[in-house]
Amino acid sequence: MRFSTLIYTFKQGLKNIFRNKWYSLASIATIGACLFMFGIFYAVVANFQYIVKGAQDGVAVTVFFKEETSEETIAEVGKLIENRPEVSHIKYVSAEEAWNGFKDEYLGEYAEGFDAEGDNPLKDSSNYEIYLQDVSQQGALVKYLETIESIRMVNKSDITANALSGVNRLVGYVSVGIIAILLGVSVFLISNTVTIGIAVRKEEISIMKYIGATDFFVRSPFVIEGVLIGFVGAVFPLAIIYVVYNNIIAFVIERFTVLSNFLKFLPVDDIFKILLPVSIVLGVGIGFLGSYITVRKHIRV
Amino acid sequence: MITLEGVSKSYSTGAPALNNVSLHIDEGEFVFVVGDSGSGKSTLIKLLLRELLPTAGNITVNGTDVVHLKHRKIPKFRRNIGVVFQDFRLLKDRNVYENVAFAQRVVQIPSKQIKKNVPSILSVVGLAGKYKAKPRQLSGGEQQRVALARALVNKPPILLADEPTGNLDPKNSWEIMKLLEEINSKGTTVLVVTHNREIVNTMKKRVITMHKGIVANDEKEGLYNDEV
Repeated sequence: MRFSTLIYTFKQGLKNIFRNKWYSLASIATIGACLFMFGIFYAVVANFQYIVKGAQDGVAVTVFFKEETSEETIAEVGKLIENRPEVSHIKYVSAEEAWNGFKDEYLGEYAEGFDAEGDNPLKDSSNYEIYLQDVSQQGALVKYLETIESIRMVNKSDITANALSGVNRLVGYVSVGIIAILLGVSVFLISNTVTIGIAVRKEEISIMKYIGATDFFVRSPFVIEGVLIGFVGAVFPLAIIYVVYNNIIAFVIERFTVLSNFLKFLPVDDIFKILLPVSIVLGVGIGFLGSYITVRKHIRV
Repeated sequence: MITLEGVSKSYSTGAPALNNVSLHIDEGEFVFVVGDSGSGKSTLIKLLLRELLPTAGNITVNGTDVVHLKHRKIPKFRRNIGVVFQDFRLLKDRNVYENVAFAQRVVQIPSKQIKKNVPSILSVVGLAGKYKAKPRQLSGGEQQRVALARALVNKPPILLADEPTGNLDPKNSWEIMKLLEEINSKGTTVLVVTHNREIVNTMKKRVITMHKGIVANDEKEGLYNDEV
């Protein structure tokens, strides 16, 4: 395609938007609304996952070793566990550390009496705290740990793990479902706008056909119109979300101070690293798809 | 230049629009096609433009087998045929220059070339001074000249005119016909569908008379014939 034809096609696409400005505005507003909701959903889901991830970091599996297990064996097993794909990191707690921790937590000032006897009452309590990449993998890891001979006991928290991974999955499914419906509605609306544009320019299209315009030449301005509507429809909600996101987070933290102690929110730049390209691609994609399907259906020279 | 061999065209309802039509038009000929409404004239034009496919028969236009033409090759084929209609079909939101330039843009002529070609063809049709006017500011005759300029700017070897004087007064009708004759004298094959008896009888060109989908009469230097 010649550069001058490209410019001409682009100009025609732009003109189409202004020719049907009310329909174009309606399409931009609808795509904008859909992508705004998408942005909000994404921000909520991303923050939720961020918070869940933080909570997951606190969920650990603890393994205790059989009596008389040598330090070397414990170290070897530690290496094996650390190399498992489910494992994020592990922490070794020696018998002495376990006893000190127990004393601090439960005995306090009465601990001296126990110490006096000399022996560590928790001498076989050296253990590994194992932190997972993803709590849903806890079951697989526990099964593996139970096959290791030197391990006496595996402590785990089934309820926390299952609840966290369940909620995570539910939020994921619900948001994908809602976003899919919104995107479908947007494609339909773009298609309607382009259909109206085609109806308005019916005469021009018929003249183009007689003169010898190719399908591509006749269809391109409408596709460009759709893509531009999609692009503008994506930029508006992004700008709004960018402005309001920080304000909302600040508001939530200020209003619900109790939450701020254990909830940490993602900074807006982290949200936009994903949201910006995805929204633009979605907007442009919706515009392209809606207009392309429509011109293929209605315009054939 | 144009050959039809045993061409028939039936629509889903009613009698066939064309019934076993065969005719040949040589390069550089000027031909009138006359006949009542429903005689098959418009179907003939649509078949020549490959807007329709015949139900049976073969059509060759400018060396192209129109019936077996692949869809993607239709645009290039149509660039060999200029076409004007009774209702002009101008773009009302664009001026004279833009209406004519539009035909060149569609076939992707470079802008520099368009700036040369459009004034040149506008002077041929006598509208060089009105290039900025919008169609609504022009008379019917002037609008048809713009349509003619648009049909000719890409220099097609064939010009199809479907009732080009149908909306014009006698004076403007004659001016358009003189232009068509002038264009024909420079080598363009011209096929004019018309109901204008006076023009047909005065110009003494080949006349193909159609009646109920068949070629009822085909005469060199013929007259408008009602008695078929």
